[in-house]
Amino acid sequence: MKFKIFAVITFLLLSYALYQGMVAAPREATMGDIQRIFYYHVPSAWTSFLCFFANFIASIIYLARRNLKADAFAVSTAEVGVVFCTVVLVTGPLWARPVWGIWWTWDARLTTTLVLWLIYVSYLMLRRYSTGQATPTLAAALAIFGFLDVPIVYMSIRWWRTQHPQPVIAGGQGSGLDPHMWAAVLWNWVAFMAFAALLIWVRYRLEITRQQLDEAHALKAVGQAEGSFTR
Amino acid sequence: MSSLAAVTVSNLRKDVRLEWRSKDAVNAMLFFALLVVVIFSFAFDPTAEESRQIVGGLVWVAFLFAAIVALNQAWMRELRNQVLDAYRVSPAPANALFMGKALGNFLFISVVEALLMPLFVVFYNLRPVGPAWQLVPVFLLGTWALVVVGTFFAAISLRTRSREVMLPLILFPISIPALLGMVEATTMVLTGTDTPRFWITLLLVYDVIFTTVCLLLFETVLHAE
Repeated sequence: MKFKIFAVITFLLLSYALYQGMVAAPREATMGDIQRIFYYHVPSAWTSFLCFFANFIASIIYLARRNLKADAFAVSTAEVGVVFCTVVLVTGPLWARPVWGIWWTWDARLTTTLVLWLIYVSYLMLRRYSTGQATPTLAAALAIFGFLDVPIVYMSIRWWRTQHPQPVIAGGQGSGLDPHMWAAVLWNWVAFMAFAALLIWVRYRLEITRQQLDEAHALKAVGQAEGSFTR
Repeated sequence: MSSLAAVTVSNLRKDVRLEWRSKDAVNAMLFFALLVVVIFSFAFDPTAEESRQIVGGLVWVAFLFAAIVALNQAWMRELRNQVLDAYRVSPAPANALFMGKALGNFLFISVVEALLMPLFVVFYNLRPVGPAWQLVPVFLLGTWALVVVGTFFAAISLRTRSREVMLPLILFPISIPALLGMVEATTMVLTGTDTPRFWITLLLVYDVIFTTVCLLLFETVLHAE
């Protein structure tokens, strides 16, 4: 029931955010309507970074407490984070092609986001290929490496080159958004966060069920083995 | 000598002796990197000026691929006769095993690099424009960056299906900043355009952070069941 109520709230938020982004926010002076992709690009980026941060925390908790719920949360946040990071990587080139005239450039933030995506895809690959009880521990170790790598990646690539528009929201002079644009960004962010939370919720329940099923299988196998000995 | 240092040294000696007698890892790496050198010259067909620009990348890609060969073999040895299981139940410190293994790999890969660098110089007509001694810290720090994380991740990939495929898949994304540092620093020394100080510092920071994390987490990974 709680889940259904939350799903309805998410749906309403997404609808209102769509209205904010497509109708209420004013047309950008130089870029025109193409700028509206910003309302999906930036909130997706923030959401995916938060997901990866949650994955890092959950991985540490798993290593410290050996709590399988933390592991289930870590998988869920990593998967949803990768989905939102993919949205960022797809919407970015869609915007860049008309505005910059190129699909992609090896700029600091683009490259860092791509590397971030690669790191978490490798995390999911490890989980997929790893077998047995060791998986959560190995994955948590890799998650810690991955998260610590991100600032180093950013520093190195920033030194290498930079082209992404300077931060418009809290940058220097001449930056700043129209209040209506602000509203569109924030509403979309709230809506995307709710949507991410909804997806993580579903994925988390699935993972918990899968753990219980594994456990039941293991118990059944032990029971059968014991039965065959006593008979 | 503390037990950590003593066990590290005996692990290292065992690995070096095994490698000295079989030369499995070094031979495989040498031949593999040689093939990469030759194939790259066909693929890019560079002039001397161009090769100075791209050879930093070629050298490190060749060594990165070659290192995967050695890193994959490193832990496989310990699976035979359940050596790794024996190590798990022994009271010897886990980090001694890790450090012994990492230092051994560092040694083997450094030997391969030292043997192959003259070959790069010959095949690509290299003559560094910048101060060549700066390549020494770049190679030492860069090789350690590959080896320390690589040895750790090889221990992780050992537990997965299709182990040998898994190692590059998890190692390459994490190693991207280190690889960028090695390539940029090497190119800067070869072309003499700029001082590689930033990149050497970056490699040093990378090495310190990830060596610490490896030592903190290795025992957990070794005992993961």
